[in-house]
Amino acid sequence: MSFSWIRAGAILLKELQDYRRNRFVIGTMAAAPALFITLPMIQLFAANAIGRNVSVHIGLSLLYMLVIPVTVPSAVSAYSVVGEREQGTLEPVLITPIRREEFLIGKALAAFVPTLVIAYTVFGVFLAAAALFAHPVIVSAIYAGTHVLVQLLFTPLLAGWAIWVGIAVSARSTDVRAAQQLSVLGSVPPLILLALISLNVITVSTALALALAAALMAIDLLAWRAVAAMFDRERLVTGIRG
Amino acid sequence: MVDHALTVERLSKRFGERVAFDDVSFEVGYGEVFGFLGPNGAGKTTTVRTLGTLIAASSGTAIVAGIPLSEKNGPAIRSRISIMPESPGLYLRLTVMENLQCFAGLYRLDDCRGRIDRALRAVNLADRAGDQCGALSKGLRQRVALARALLNDPAVLFLDEPTSGLDPVASREVHELIGSLRERGVTIFLTTHRLEEAERLCHRVAILNTTLRLVGRPDELREQLFRRSLDVRLRAPLDDPKAVLGALPEVEGWEQTPSGYTLTVSAPDLAAPALARALVAAGADILSIAESHHSLEDVYLELIDEDVEAKSR
Repeated sequence: MSFSWIRAGAILLKELQDYRRNRFVIGTMAAAPALFITLPMIQLFAANAIGRNVSVHIGLSLLYMLVIPVTVPSAVSAYSVVGEREQGTLEPVLITPIRREEFLIGKALAAFVPTLVIAYTVFGVFLAAAALFAHPVIVSAIYAGTHVLVQLLFTPLLAGWAIWVGIAVSARSTDVRAAQQLSVLGSVPPLILLALISLNVITVSTALALALAAALMAIDLLAWRAVAAMFDRERLVTGIRG
Repeated sequence: MVDHALTVERLSKRFGERVAFDDVSFEVGYGEVFGFLGPNGAGKTTTVRTLGTLIAASSGTAIVAGIPLSEKNGPAIRSRISIMPESPGLYLRLTVMENLQCFAGLYRLDDCRGRIDRALRAVNLADRAGDQCGALSKGLRQRVALARALLNDPAVLFLDEPTSGLDPVASREVHELIGSLRERGVTIFLTTHRLEEAERLCHRVAILNTTLRLVGRPDELREQLFRRSLDVRLRAPLDDPKAVLGALPEVEGWEQTPSGYTLTVSAPDLAAPALARALVAAGADILSIAESHHSLEDVYLELIDEDVEAKSR
Protein backbone atom coordinates (compact mmCIF):
# COMPACT_ATOMS: atom_id res chain seq x y z
CA MET A 1 0.00 0.00 0.00
CA SER A 2 1.39 3.38 -0.99
CA PHE A 3 1.12 6.69 0.84
CA SER A 4 -2.50 7.85 0.86
CA TRP A 5 -3.33 11.54 0.94
CA ILE A 6 -6.95 10.55 1.66
CA ARG A 7 -5.92 9.04 4.98
CA ALA A 8 -3.58 11.93 5.82
CA GLY A 9 -6.39 14.29 4.83
CA ALA A 10 -8.85 12.50 7.13
CA ILE A 11 -6.50 13.15 10.06
CA LEU A 12 -6.01 16.78 8.98
CA LEU A 13 -9.74 17.43 8.65
CA LYS A 14 -10.48 15.79 11.99
CA GLU A 15 -7.82 17.93 13.68
CA LEU A 16 -9.17 21.15 12.16
CA GLN A 17 -12.72 20.22 13.22
CA ASP A 18 -11.42 19.52 16.71
CA TYR A 19 -9.55 22.87 16.91
CA ARG A 20 -12.68 24.71 15.81
CA ARG A 21 -14.55 23.41 18.86
CA ASN A 22 -11.68 23.75 21.33
CA ARG A 23 -11.63 27.15 22.98
CA PHE A 24 -8.18 26.54 24.43
CA VAL A 25 -6.61 25.94 21.03
CA ILE A 26 -8.45 28.85 19.43
CA GLY A 27 -7.47 31.10 22.35
CA THR A 28 -3.81 30.11 22.18
CA MET A 29 -3.65 30.54 18.43
CA ALA A 30 -5.36 33.93 18.63
CA ALA A 31 -3.24 35.19 21.53
CA ALA A 32 0.07 34.59 19.77
CA PRO A 33 -0.64 36.87 16.78
CA ALA A 34 -2.09 39.53 19.07
CA LEU A 35 1.13 39.51 21.07
CA PHE A 36 3.48 39.21 18.14
CA ILE A 37 1.90 42.03 16.18
CA THR A 38 1.95 44.36 19.19
CA LEU A 39 5.65 43.99 20.00
CA PRO A 40 6.90 44.60 16.44
CA MET A 41 4.64 47.65 16.22
CA ILE A 42 6.17 49.05 19.39
CA GLN A 43 9.64 48.50 17.89
CA LEU A 44 8.54 50.12 14.63
CA PHE A 45 7.18 53.23 16.28
CA ALA A 46 10.13 53.33 18.69
CA ALA A 47 12.36 53.44 15.62
CA ASN A 48 10.14 56.22 14.25
CA ALA A 49 10.46 58.25 17.43
CA ILE A 50 14.12 57.71 18.17
CA GLY A 51 15.38 57.85 14.61
CA ARG A 52 18.56 55.91 15.36
CA ASN A 53 19.49 52.24 15.66
CA VAL A 54 16.85 51.68 13.00
CA SER A 55 18.29 48.37 11.90
CA VAL A 56 18.24 47.00 15.47
CA HIS A 57 14.57 47.95 15.90
CA ILE A 58 13.63 46.44 12.57
CA GLY A 59 15.67 43.36 13.36
CA LEU A 60 13.86 42.97 16.68
CA SER A 61 10.47 43.50 15.00
CA LEU A 62 11.11 40.80 12.46
CA LEU A 63 12.58 38.45 15.05
CA TYR A 64 9.36 38.71 17.08
CA MET A 65 7.47 37.56 14.02
CA LEU A 66 9.77 34.58 13.56
CA VAL A 67 8.83 33.49 17.05
CA ILE A 68 5.28 32.86 15.76
CA PRO A 69 6.10 29.78 13.64
CA VAL A 70 8.04 28.36 16.59
CA THR A 71 5.50 28.94 19.35
CA VAL A 72 2.13 28.53 17.62
CA PRO A 73 2.58 24.91 16.47
CA SER A 74 4.52 23.77 19.54
CA ALA A 75 1.56 23.24 21.83
CA VAL A 76 -0.66 21.47 19.28
CA SER A 77 2.07 19.26 17.89
CA ALA A 78 3.22 18.32 21.39
CA TYR A 79 -0.36 17.27 22.12
CA SER A 80 -0.80 15.38 18.85
CA VAL A 81 0.18 11.87 19.95
CA VAL A 82 0.30 11.85 23.74
CA GLY A 83 -2.96 13.80 23.89
CA GLU A 84 -4.76 11.25 21.75
CA ARG A 85 -3.24 8.52 23.84
CA GLU A 86 -4.49 10.12 27.06
CA GLN A 87 -7.98 10.51 25.57
CA GLY A 88 -8.04 6.88 24.42
CA THR A 89 -8.52 7.91 20.79
CA LEU A 90 -5.12 6.80 19.51
CA GLU A 91 -5.75 3.05 19.52
CA PRO A 92 -8.87 3.17 17.31
CA VAL A 93 -6.90 5.20 14.75
CA LEU A 94 -3.89 2.87 14.85
CA ILE A 95 -6.23 -0.10 14.31
CA THR A 96 -7.12 1.26 10.86
CA PRO A 97 -4.85 0.68 7.83
CA ILE A 98 -3.26 4.12 8.29
CA ARG A 99 0.52 4.13 7.91
CA ARG A 100 2.61 6.03 10.38
CA GLU A 101 3.80 8.45 7.66
CA GLU A 102 0.17 9.27 6.80
CA PHE A 103 -0.72 9.79 10.44
CA LEU A 104 2.30 12.02 11.02
CA ILE A 105 1.78 14.10 7.87
CA GLY A 106 -1.89 14.60 8.78
CA LYS A 107 -0.94 15.73 12.26
CA ALA A 108 1.90 17.94 11.00
CA LEU A 109 -0.28 19.65 8.40
CA ALA A 110 -2.91 20.33 11.05
CA ALA A 111 -0.31 22.34 12.95
CA PHE A 112 1.43 23.74 9.86
CA VAL A 113 -1.52 25.22 7.98
CA PRO A 114 -2.87 27.46 10.77
CA THR A 115 0.66 28.46 11.72
CA LEU A 116 1.48 29.59 8.21
CA VAL A 117 -1.80 31.47 7.88
CA ILE A 118 -1.24 33.26 11.19
CA ALA A 119 2.46 34.02 10.61
CA TYR A 120 2.04 35.39 7.07
CA THR A 121 -1.06 37.36 8.06
CA VAL A 122 0.81 39.00 10.94
CA PHE A 123 3.74 39.77 8.64
CA GLY A 124 1.37 41.23 6.05
CA VAL A 125 -0.26 43.44 8.70
CA PHE A 126 3.20 44.54 9.84
CA LEU A 127 4.27 45.46 6.31
CA ALA A 128 0.99 47.31 5.72
CA ALA A 129 1.32 49.23 8.99
CA ALA A 130 4.92 50.09 8.16
CA ALA A 131 3.93 51.31 4.70
CA LEU A 132 1.14 53.46 6.12
CA PHE A 133 2.63 54.86 9.32
CA ALA A 134 6.41 54.41 9.41
CA HIS A 135 9.05 56.86 8.26
CA PRO A 136 10.16 56.19 4.64
CA VAL A 137 13.69 55.50 5.89
CA ILE A 138 12.35 52.70 8.05
CA VAL A 139 10.22 51.32 5.25
CA SER A 140 13.17 51.23 2.89
CA ALA A 141 15.29 49.62 5.63
CA ILE A 142 12.69 46.86 6.00
CA TYR A 143 12.87 46.07 2.32
CA ALA A 144 16.64 46.44 2.17
CA GLY A 145 18.87 43.42 2.58
CA THR A 146 17.40 39.99 3.22
CA HIS A 147 14.77 40.80 5.88
CA VAL A 148 11.69 39.98 3.79
CA LEU A 149 13.33 36.97 2.17
CA VAL A 150 14.33 35.61 5.59
CA GLN A 151 10.76 36.07 6.84
CA LEU A 152 9.16 34.36 3.87
CA LEU A 153 11.65 31.50 3.69
CA PHE A 154 12.21 30.75 7.32
CA THR A 155 8.62 30.98 8.55
CA PRO A 156 7.53 27.58 7.10
CA LEU A 157 10.91 25.99 7.81
CA LEU A 158 10.92 27.05 11.45
CA ALA A 159 7.33 25.85 11.75
CA GLY A 160 8.39 22.51 10.25
CA TRP A 161 11.19 22.16 12.76
CA ALA A 162 8.94 23.09 15.70
CA ILE A 163 6.27 20.64 14.52
CA TRP A 164 8.61 17.67 14.16
CA VAL A 165 10.23 18.40 17.51
CA GLY A 166 6.76 18.62 19.06
CA ILE A 167 5.52 15.40 17.49
CA ALA A 168 8.76 13.58 18.37
CA VAL A 169 8.44 14.64 22.00
CA SER A 170 4.74 13.77 21.94
CA ALA A 171 5.38 10.28 20.56
CA ARG A 172 7.84 9.60 23.37
CA SER A 173 6.02 11.28 26.27
CA THR A 174 3.50 9.96 28.70
CA ASP A 175 2.32 13.36 29.93
CA VAL A 176 0.87 16.18 27.86
CA ARG A 177 2.22 19.02 30.03
CA ALA A 178 5.76 17.68 30.00
CA ALA A 179 5.51 17.19 26.24
CA GLN A 180 4.42 20.79 25.68
CA GLN A 181 7.23 22.22 27.82
CA LEU A 182 9.88 20.06 26.16
CA SER A 183 8.51 20.87 22.75
CA VAL A 184 8.85 24.63 23.24
CA LEU A 185 12.40 24.19 24.54
CA GLY A 186 13.36 21.96 21.61
CA SER A 187 12.00 24.45 19.08
CA VAL A 188 14.19 27.34 20.17
CA PRO A 189 17.73 26.47 18.84
CA PRO A 190 17.19 27.58 15.19
CA LEU A 191 15.87 30.89 16.49
CA ILE A 192 19.28 31.69 17.94
CA LEU A 193 20.81 31.73 14.47
CA LEU A 194 17.95 33.83 13.16
CA ALA A 195 18.29 36.26 16.04
CA LEU A 196 21.91 36.83 15.04
CA ILE A 197 20.82 37.40 11.43
CA SER A 198 17.90 39.69 12.31
CA LEU A 199 20.01 41.81 14.64
CA ASN A 200 22.71 42.08 11.96
CA VAL A 201 25.27 40.33 14.16
CA ILE A 202 25.71 38.04 11.17
CA THR A 203 25.28 39.78 7.84
CA VAL A 204 23.83 37.39 5.33
CA SER A 205 23.74 37.68 1.60
CA THR A 206 20.79 36.37 -0.37
CA ALA A 207 22.84 33.34 -1.34
CA LEU A 208 23.71 32.57 2.26
CA ALA A 209 20.08 33.02 3.33
CA LEU A 210 19.02 30.55 0.64
CA ALA A 211 21.75 28.12 1.66
CA LEU A 212 20.69 28.32 5.31
CA ALA A 213 17.06 27.78 4.27
CA ALA A 214 18.07 24.74 2.22
CA ALA A 215 19.97 23.38 5.22
CA LEU A 216 16.98 23.90 7.48
CA MET A 217 14.73 22.21 4.92
CA ALA A 218 17.07 19.21 4.84
CA ILE A 219 16.99 19.12 8.64
CA ASP A 220 13.17 19.24 8.55
CA LEU A 221 13.06 16.30 6.14
CA LEU A 222 15.49 14.32 8.25
CA ALA A 223 13.43 15.16 11.32
CA TRP A 224 10.33 13.79 9.60
CA ARG A 225 12.10 10.51 8.81
CA ALA A 226 13.43 10.31 12.36
CA VAL A 227 9.98 10.92 13.85
CA ALA A 228 8.47 8.30 11.52
CA ALA A 229 11.12 5.82 12.62
CA MET A 230 10.47 6.42 16.31
CA PHE A 231 6.69 6.13 15.87
CA ASP A 232 6.20 2.68 17.35
CA ARG A 233 2.61 1.39 17.41
CA GLU A 234 3.41 -1.23 20.03
CA ARG A 235 4.98 1.20 22.46
CA LEU A 236 2.21 3.73 21.90
CA VAL A 237 -0.51 1.17 22.58
CA THR A 238 1.08 -0.77 25.45
CA GLY A 239 3.54 1.74 26.87
CA ILE A 240 6.30 -0.86 26.58
CA ARG A 241 8.32 -2.42 23.79
CA GLY A 242 8.40 -6.23 23.63
CA MET B 1 -9.00 -27.48 3.43
CA VAL B 2 -11.40 -25.56 5.66
CA ASP B 3 -11.28 -21.80 5.19
CA HIS B 4 -10.97 -20.07 8.53
CA ALA B 5 -11.34 -16.42 9.44
CA LEU B 6 -8.60 -16.88 12.02
CA THR B 7 -5.95 -19.56 12.34
CA VAL B 8 -3.60 -19.16 15.27
CA GLU B 9 -0.72 -21.56 15.86
CA ARG B 10 1.50 -21.54 18.93
CA LEU B 11 1.34 -17.77 19.21
CA SER B 12 3.16 -16.14 22.13
CA LYS B 13 3.87 -12.64 23.32
CA ARG B 14 6.44 -11.64 25.91
CA PHE B 15 7.29 -8.20 27.20
CA GLY B 16 10.82 -8.80 28.43
CA GLU B 17 10.51 -11.40 31.15
CA ARG B 18 6.76 -11.05 31.45
CA VAL B 19 4.67 -13.51 29.48
CA ALA B 20 1.44 -11.94 28.22
CA PHE B 21 0.19 -15.14 26.56
CA ASP B 22 1.96 -18.30 25.58
CA ASP B 23 1.61 -21.08 23.03
CA VAL B 24 -1.93 -20.17 22.00
CA SER B 25 -3.54 -22.12 19.13
CA PHE B 26 -7.11 -22.02 17.87
CA GLU B 27 -9.19 -21.52 14.75
CA VAL B 28 -12.28 -19.43 14.13
CA GLY B 29 -14.58 -20.17 11.21
CA TYR B 30 -16.25 -17.56 9.04
CA GLY B 31 -19.61 -16.56 10.49
CA GLU B 32 -18.68 -17.86 13.92
CA VAL B 33 -18.98 -15.92 17.18
CA PHE B 34 -15.95 -16.95 19.19
CA GLY B 35 -15.72 -16.06 22.87
CA PHE B 36 -12.33 -15.43 24.38
CA LEU B 37 -12.63 -15.65 28.14
CA GLY B 38 -10.19 -15.16 30.94
CA PRO B 39 -9.54 -13.22 34.13
CA ASN B 40 -8.01 -9.74 34.14
CA GLY B 41 -4.38 -9.93 33.00
CA ALA B 42 -4.90 -13.28 31.24
CA GLY B 43 -3.66 -11.86 27.93
CA LYS B 44 -6.99 -11.43 26.11
CA THR B 45 -6.49 -7.83 24.99
CA THR B 46 -2.86 -8.48 24.11
CA THR B 47 -3.97 -11.39 21.93
CA VAL B 48 -6.45 -9.15 20.11
CA ARG B 49 -3.84 -6.43 19.64
CA THR B 50 -1.38 -9.00 18.31
CA LEU B 51 -3.87 -10.39 15.82
CA GLY B 52 -4.74 -6.81 14.88
CA THR B 53 -1.04 -6.11 14.12
CA LEU B 54 -0.83 -3.40 16.75
CA ILE B 55 1.87 -5.35 18.52
CA ALA B 56 4.30 -7.96 17.22
CA ALA B 57 4.12 -11.59 18.30
CA SER B 58 7.21 -13.00 20.01
CA SER B 59 6.74 -16.41 18.36
CA GLY B 60 4.17 -18.48 16.53
CA THR B 61 2.11 -17.83 13.43
CA ALA B 62 -1.38 -16.71 12.54
CA ILE B 63 -3.52 -16.12 9.48
CA VAL B 64 -5.98 -13.28 9.94
CA ALA B 65 -8.78 -12.91 7.40
CA GLY B 66 -6.73 -14.95 4.94
CA ILE B 67 -3.53 -12.91 5.34
CA PRO B 68 -0.44 -14.21 7.19
CA LEU B 69 0.29 -12.17 10.30
CA SER B 70 3.41 -10.04 9.83
CA GLU B 71 4.44 -6.41 10.22
CA LYS B 72 4.63 -6.05 6.43
CA ASN B 73 1.03 -7.25 6.07
CA GLY B 74 -0.17 -4.94 8.85
CA PRO B 75 -2.02 -2.39 6.69
CA ALA B 76 -3.63 -5.14 4.57
CA ILE B 77 -4.82 -7.05 7.65
CA ARG B 78 -6.06 -3.90 9.35
CA SER B 79 -8.09 -2.98 6.27
CA ARG B 80 -9.92 -6.35 6.46
CA ILE B 81 -10.65 -6.43 10.18
CA SER B 82 -12.04 -4.12 12.84
CA ILE B 83 -11.31 -3.89 16.51
CA MET B 84 -13.63 -2.22 18.97
CA PRO B 85 -11.43 -1.51 21.99
CA GLU B 86 -12.74 -1.60 25.54
CA SER B 87 -12.86 2.19 25.64
CA PRO B 88 -14.88 3.66 22.72
CA GLY B 89 -12.15 6.26 22.01
CA LEU B 90 -14.40 8.74 20.22
CA TYR B 91 -13.49 12.34 19.46
CA LEU B 92 -15.84 13.91 21.95
CA ARG B 93 -15.91 17.41 20.40
CA LEU B 94 -16.87 15.96 17.03
CA THR B 95 -20.32 14.78 16.06
CA VAL B 96 -21.17 11.13 15.46
CA MET B 97 -21.13 11.80 11.71
CA GLU B 98 -17.75 13.59 11.84
CA ASN B 99 -16.25 10.72 13.83
CA LEU B 100 -17.47 8.19 11.30
CA GLN B 101 -16.42 10.35 8.32
CA CYS B 102 -12.90 10.50 9.73
CA PHE B 103 -12.71 6.70 9.97
CA ALA B 104 -14.33 6.21 6.57
CA GLY B 105 -11.45 8.32 5.25
CA LEU B 106 -8.89 6.25 7.13
CA TYR B 107 -10.32 3.10 5.51
CA ARG B 108 -10.53 4.92 2.13
CA LEU B 109 -14.08 3.69 1.70
CA ASP B 110 -16.11 4.20 -1.44
CA ASP B 111 -19.71 5.31 -0.94
CA CYS B 112 -18.69 6.86 2.34
CA ARG B 113 -22.11 8.32 3.11
CA GLY B 114 -23.95 5.08 2.32
CA ARG B 115 -21.62 3.05 4.52
CA ILE B 116 -22.03 5.46 7.41
CA ASP B 117 -25.81 5.40 7.08
CA ARG B 118 -25.84 1.59 7.05
CA ALA B 119 -23.52 1.39 10.07
CA LEU B 120 -25.66 3.88 12.01
CA ARG B 121 -28.82 1.98 11.13
CA ALA B 122 -27.20 -1.27 12.27
CA VAL B 123 -26.70 0.19 15.75
CA ASN B 124 -30.02 2.09 15.78
CA LEU B 125 -28.38 5.51 15.79
CA ALA B 126 -29.52 6.87 12.44
CA ASP B 127 -31.25 9.80 14.13
CA ARG B 128 -28.23 10.76 16.27
CA ALA B 129 -25.71 11.46 13.48
CA GLY B 130 -25.56 15.16 14.28
CA ASP B 131 -25.09 14.75 18.03
CA GLN B 132 -21.77 15.68 19.57
CA CYS B 133 -20.19 12.50 20.95
CA GLY B 134 -19.33 14.17 24.25
CA ALA B 135 -23.04 14.63 24.91
CA LEU B 136 -23.87 10.93 24.48
CA SER B 137 -24.32 8.42 27.30
CA LYS B 138 -21.73 5.68 27.79
CA GLY B 139 -24.02 3.13 26.17
CA LEU B 140 -24.61 5.32 23.12
CA ARG B 141 -20.87 5.97 22.77
CA GLN B 142 -20.33 2.22 22.76
CA ARG B 143 -22.87 1.94 19.96
CA VAL B 144 -21.08 4.66 17.97
CA ALA B 145 -17.83 2.73 18.46
CA LEU B 146 -19.58 -0.39 17.16
CA ALA B 147 -20.85 1.55 14.13
CA ARG B 148 -17.29 2.73 13.52
CA ALA B 149 -16.08 -0.89 13.69
CA LEU B 150 -18.69 -1.92 11.12
CA LEU B 151 -17.79 0.79 8.60
CA ASN B 152 -15.33 -1.30 6.60
CA ASP B 153 -17.56 -4.40 6.58
CA PRO B 154 -14.84 -6.40 8.37
CA ALA B 155 -14.07 -10.06 7.69
CA VAL B 156 -13.39 -10.39 11.42
CA LEU B 157 -14.80 -8.07 14.05
CA PHE B 158 -12.89 -8.06 17.33
CA LEU B 159 -14.93 -6.82 20.27
CA ASP B 160 -12.82 -6.24 23.36
CA GLU B 161 -15.00 -6.23 26.48
CA PRO B 162 -17.86 -4.47 24.66
CA THR B 163 -20.08 -4.21 27.74
CA SER B 164 -17.40 -3.23 30.22
CA GLY B 165 -18.66 -0.47 32.48
CA LEU B 166 -22.15 -0.44 31.00
CA ASP B 167 -25.32 -0.63 33.07
CA PRO B 168 -27.61 -3.66 32.56
CA VAL B 169 -29.88 -1.87 30.09
CA ALA B 170 -27.00 -0.63 27.93
CA SER B 171 -25.36 -4.08 28.16
CA ARG B 172 -28.57 -5.70 26.96
CA GLU B 173 -28.67 -3.31 24.00
CA VAL B 174 -25.11 -4.20 23.05
CA HIS B 175 -25.95 -7.91 23.41
CA GLU B 176 -28.90 -7.45 21.07
CA LEU B 177 -26.66 -5.70 18.54
CA ILE B 178 -24.09 -8.50 18.70
CA GLY B 179 -26.94 -11.00 18.35
CA SER B 180 -28.14 -9.27 15.19
CA LEU B 181 -24.59 -9.26 13.77
CA ARG B 182 -24.39 -12.98 14.53
CA GLU B 183 -27.61 -13.53 12.59
CA ARG B 184 -26.11 -11.59 9.68
CA GLY B 185 -23.14 -14.00 9.66
CA VAL B 186 -20.49 -11.54 10.84
CA THR B 187 -17.42 -13.30 12.26
CA ILE B 188 -16.96 -11.99 15.78
CA PHE B 189 -14.08 -12.50 18.19
CA LEU B 190 -15.50 -11.48 21.55
CA THR B 191 -13.24 -11.05 24.55
CA THR B 192 -15.06 -10.86 27.81
CA HIS B 193 -15.00 -11.94 31.40
CA ARG B 194 -18.78 -11.87 31.53
CA LEU B 195 -19.58 -15.54 31.29
CA GLU B 196 -23.31 -15.21 30.77
CA GLU B 197 -22.50 -12.95 27.83
CA ALA B 198 -20.26 -15.58 26.26
CA GLU B 199 -22.69 -18.42 26.94
CA ARG B 200 -25.54 -16.48 25.38
CA LEU B 201 -23.76 -15.09 22.32
CA CYS B 202 -20.94 -17.43 21.35
CA HIS B 203 -20.90 -20.57 19.23
CA ARG B 204 -17.61 -21.59 20.80
CA VAL B 205 -15.45 -20.23 23.58
CA ALA B 206 -11.81 -20.42 24.57
CA ILE B 207 -10.60 -19.93 28.11
CA LEU B 208 -7.25 -18.20 28.41
CA ASN B 209 -5.15 -17.76 31.49
CA THR B 210 -1.83 -16.85 29.87
CA THR B 211 -2.00 -20.25 28.20
CA LEU B 212 -5.09 -21.52 26.46
CA ARG B 213 -6.91 -23.87 28.83
CA LEU B 214 -9.88 -25.07 26.79
CA VAL B 215 -11.57 -24.45 23.46
CA GLY B 216 -14.99 -25.72 22.47
CA ARG B 217 -18.73 -25.26 22.59
CA PRO B 218 -19.93 -24.37 26.09
CA ASP B 219 -21.70 -27.76 26.43
CA GLU B 220 -18.57 -29.60 25.25
CA LEU B 221 -16.48 -27.80 27.85
CA ARG B 222 -18.92 -28.80 30.57
CA GLU B 223 -18.65 -32.42 29.50
CA GLN B 224 -14.88 -32.26 29.32
CA LEU B 225 -14.54 -30.82 32.76
CA PHE B 226 -17.38 -32.27 34.77
CA ARG B 227 -18.53 -35.88 34.99
CA ARG B 228 -22.24 -36.25 34.36
CA SER B 229 -24.34 -36.52 37.47
CA LEU B 230 -27.88 -36.69 38.82
CA ASP B 231 -29.21 -34.54 41.64
CA VAL B 232 -31.76 -36.40 43.76
CA ARG B 233 -33.99 -34.59 46.26
CA LEU B 234 -35.84 -36.68 48.84
CA ARG B 235 -38.26 -35.76 51.58
CA ALA B 236 -36.02 -37.58 54.09
CA PRO B 237 -32.56 -39.17 53.86
CA LEU B 238 -32.31 -42.90 53.11
CA ASP B 239 -31.78 -45.21 56.09
CA ASP B 240 -29.07 -47.13 54.27
CA PRO B 241 -27.98 -45.18 51.18
CA LYS B 242 -25.05 -47.50 50.53
CA ALA B 243 -27.39 -50.46 50.13
CA VAL B 244 -29.73 -48.60 47.74
CA LEU B 245 -27.38 -46.43 45.66
CA GLY B 246 -24.33 -48.68 45.80
CA ALA B 247 -26.32 -51.59 44.41
CA LEU B 248 -27.13 -49.79 41.15
CA PRO B 249 -24.65 -50.67 38.37
CA GLU B 250 -25.45 -47.37 36.55
CA VAL B 251 -24.21 -45.33 39.54
CA GLU B 252 -20.44 -44.87 39.65
CA GLY B 253 -20.33 -42.91 42.88
CA TRP B 254 -22.46 -40.80 45.17
CA GLU B 255 -22.31 -38.20 47.91
CA GLN B 256 -24.90 -36.84 50.30
CA THR B 257 -26.00 -33.20 49.94
CA PRO B 258 -28.19 -31.10 52.28
CA SER B 259 -31.28 -31.84 50.19
CA GLY B 260 -30.50 -35.39 49.03
CA TYR B 261 -27.76 -37.01 46.98
CA THR B 262 -25.58 -36.30 43.95
CA LEU B 263 -24.81 -39.40 41.91
CA THR B 264 -22.04 -39.70 39.36
CA VAL B 265 -23.32 -41.56 36.31
CA SER B 266 -22.09 -42.19 32.80
CA ALA B 267 -25.53 -42.31 31.21
CA PRO B 268 -28.15 -40.19 33.00
CA ASP B 269 -30.94 -41.41 30.68
CA LEU B 270 -30.41 -45.03 31.78
CA ALA B 271 -29.55 -44.31 35.37
CA ALA B 272 -32.54 -42.09 36.22
CA PRO B 273 -35.31 -44.72 35.71
CA ALA B 274 -33.32 -47.39 37.51
CA LEU B 275 -32.66 -44.99 40.35
CA ALA B 276 -36.32 -44.05 40.62
CA ARG B 277 -37.34 -47.70 40.86
CA ALA B 278 -34.73 -48.41 43.51
CA LEU B 279 -35.74 -45.39 45.60
CA VAL B 280 -39.44 -46.30 45.43
CA ALA B 281 -38.59 -49.87 46.41
CA ALA B 282 -36.63 -48.51 49.38
CA GLY B 283 -39.69 -46.49 50.48
CA ALA B 284 -38.17 -43.08 49.78
CA ASP B 285 -40.36 -40.05 48.96
CA ILE B 286 -38.85 -38.61 45.78
CA LEU B 287 -39.13 -34.85 45.29
CA SER B 288 -37.04 -34.66 42.12
CA ILE B 289 -34.42 -36.39 40.01
CA ALA B 290 -32.60 -34.17 37.56
CA GLU B 291 -29.36 -34.12 35.65
CA SER B 292 -26.92 -31.68 37.24
CA HIS B 293 -26.39 -28.53 35.21
CA HIS B 294 -22.98 -26.88 35.16
CA SER B 295 -22.85 -23.39 33.79
CA LEU B 296 -19.98 -21.93 31.80
CA GLU B 297 -19.18 -20.07 35.00
CA ASP B 298 -18.61 -23.42 36.76
CA VAL B 299 -16.26 -24.47 33.96
CA TYR B 300 -14.42 -21.17 34.10
CA LEU B 301 -14.09 -21.13 37.88
CA GLU B 302 -12.94 -24.74 37.94
CA LEU B 303 -10.14 -23.95 35.48
CA ILE B 304 -9.08 -20.72 37.12
CA ASP B 305 -9.12 -22.38 40.55
CA GLU B 306 -6.91 -25.15 39.17
CA ASP B 307 -4.47 -22.50 37.98
CA VAL B 308 -4.49 -20.73 41.33
CA GLU B 309 -3.86 -24.02 43.12
CA ALA B 310 -1.09 -24.97 40.70
CA LYS B 311 0.62 -21.62 41.27
CA SER B 312 0.37 -21.88 45.05
CA ARG B 313 1.98 -25.36 45.05
